[in-house]
Amino acid sequence: MKAVIRRIVRRIVRRLGPVGRFVDKLNDGIGRVIRWLALAMVLVGAGTAVVRFASGQWGFSINLTPPTEIQWYLFSIIFLLGAAYGLRHDVHVRVDVLYERLSARTRAGIDFVGGALFLLPFCAAMLYFSWRPVWSSWKIREVSPDPGGLSRWPIKALILLSFMLLAAQGIRQIVKHGAVLFGTAPEEDEDGADEAGAGAADHGVPMEPVR
Amino acid sequence: MNFWGPAMFVAVLLMIFSGYPVAFALGGTALIFALLASLFGVFDLGLLFALPERTFGTMSNQVLLAVPFFIFMGTVLQKSKLAEELLETIGVLFGRFRGGLAIGVVVVGALMAAATGIVGASVTAMGLISLPVMLRNGYDKKLSLGVIAASGTLGQVIPPSIVLIVLADQMDVSVGDLFRAALVPGLILTAGYGLYAGILAAVRPKVAPALPAEMRASGGRLARRVASSLFPPLALIVVVLGSIFWGVATPTEAGAMGAVGAMALAAATRLRWRKGGSGAGGGFPLTVTGEWKRELSESLESATRLTIMVVFLLIGSTAFALVFRGLDGDIWIEGALTGIPGGALGFLIIVNVAVFLLGFFIDFFEIAFIIVPLIAPAALVLGVDLTVLGIVLAVNLQTSFLTPPFGFSLFYLRGVTPASIPTTTIYRGVIPFILIQLAVLAYLTWRAVPA
Repeated sequence: MKAVIRRIVRRIVRRLGPVGRFVDKLNDGIGRVIRWLALAMVLVGAGTAVVRFASGQWGFSINLTPPTEIQWYLFSIIFLLGAAYGLRHDVHVRVDVLYERLSARTRAGIDFVGGALFLLPFCAAMLYFSWRPVWSSWKIREVSPDPGGLSRWPIKALILLSFMLLAAQGIRQIVKHGAVLFGTAPEEDEDGADEAGAGAADHGVPMEPVR
Repeated sequence: MNFWGPAMFVAVLLMIFSGYPVAFALGGTALIFALLASLFGVFDLGLLFALPERTFGTMSNQVLLAVPFFIFMGTVLQKSKLAEELLETIGVLFGRFRGGLAIGVVVVGALMAAATGIVGASVTAMGLISLPVMLRNGYDKKLSLGVIAASGTLGQVIPPSIVLIVLADQMDVSVGDLFRAALVPGLILTAGYGLYAGILAAVRPKVAPALPAEMRASGGRLARRVASSLFPPLALIVVVLGSIFWGVATPTEAGAMGAVGAMALAAATRLRWRKGGSGAGGGFPLTVTGEWKRELSESLESATRLTIMVVFLLIGSTAFALVFRGLDGDIWIEGALTGIPGGALGFLIIVNVAVFLLGFFIDFFEIAFIIVPLIAPAALVLGVDLTVLGIVLAVNLQTSFLTPPFGFSLFYLRGVTPASIPTTTIYRGVIPFILIQLAVLAYLTWRAVPA
């Protein structure tokens, strides 16, 4: 029985390998970009504050809706697209009073079960309950109710993209943790050569340390 | 009364303690309970259509927008080695007096609290820089460790604290009001720590001797040092807090301005170091522009990571709250909390004890997002002012973070304390500070009881 599970898991890991590495790379790329969006958000925020103060002081009027909306659009992009990057790098906070005392294998087990039981169903539910409102916003090309405001439909569509990325990275993490849990990490994998050295070291590492 | 609410509450606590990321443990448990309860016909799955709307509400929330700004301000200042410079300057400034180094640590702790608000960062910086100086100069180990662990936790209470922003958002009170209400208790705690160190040094001179003459700078050099490393961060704090308190800027605007100010300050610090001026032991060997870019990128990265963590924690707890309410769990909690004997005082005591114990294991963000929305309605029914309750919770958690054996601050300090010093010395060192905390907490709780 154990051997069968092991073989099945190993096969899944191998099949998903290239896809998984693509997901890792994609989310790392996103992670590198969004930090500079955070800088843009700070600069836009400070600029808007200065202009608003000046307009009050010297009594000129200027429509600050666009820069105000740009700020929270950037904020939304950062956390919506960054969520999967955060999952990959173990950013999401854990209550680790017990967790940190467990063996690496038990921890992989918790992450394996948690991913399948909590994360993926949650992503599925968010996608299921979100797609209809997003679609209706998209259909009418929804725009901000404030004059000069930005289009709403693209930012709402990001909710879907966010949970798709999160689900993809979630599956990737489950496969990685499964490899540790079922002992099919490449170090012990006698068929490892089949992978033709395609970054096999990736599998055994469940998470990178957070700075 | 149905059992679904209590069952879900217990299940969520258990699932959180599994160690799986809290955001998803909350969301997943909520979903499982929604499905189970709908099978039994006690929950309408249609309620979950509110999820995207709530998510969108989080995205466009102007108050939450202040969170990444203040986080960024904190990470920039932390990476800029500002704390190191401050500690050295204040050490030189105060070290000539008995107990001066300890009081210096309290002052820097309060300044860092206002500037960065990151507990781990202040404790680590002070443990690395001040602790060796204090021990080398014959300071009592217990006093040195205690004052560092305690001063490091001030970031929770002294505004502009990030946790106070999310607390204000969750309690639906104004951030400015909460900041204003937190300022005096924060300063009282700071003064309490300082007084304790000063009195101890006066009564028992051996525990906190003055620095020898050769370690004191004086005259023009000292003045320059103070001007270059103490004045700029102080000015930044005053401008940021002042503009909020006097209503010139919203907390979000002040946060953005503060973040830009922090970058300017960090750049100035770097320039000074390159010139080998007043900084800690001259310039850095690396080229300035390369360093700047790396430092900025790192600050931005840790700010984005923290932002992602906080917002997804909120999204997960929103899903939890939605289902919990659908199962009438909120009615159960409110009934239980308002039915506590002793009315508002009984409620405050129970909440204080529960939050204090929870604070050993889960941090302020989880408590703000999960626990606070549950207790706030009961507080309103009992006539407890939410702003005051917020400060009580903040001081309470700060005490919790300081209390052996689980306090977060103690873990950070242990990590940077020489192995030759036993952990029990740290534990014994913080006891006087815990007593100061408890006295202030008792006073605040007493004040929170409506007349």
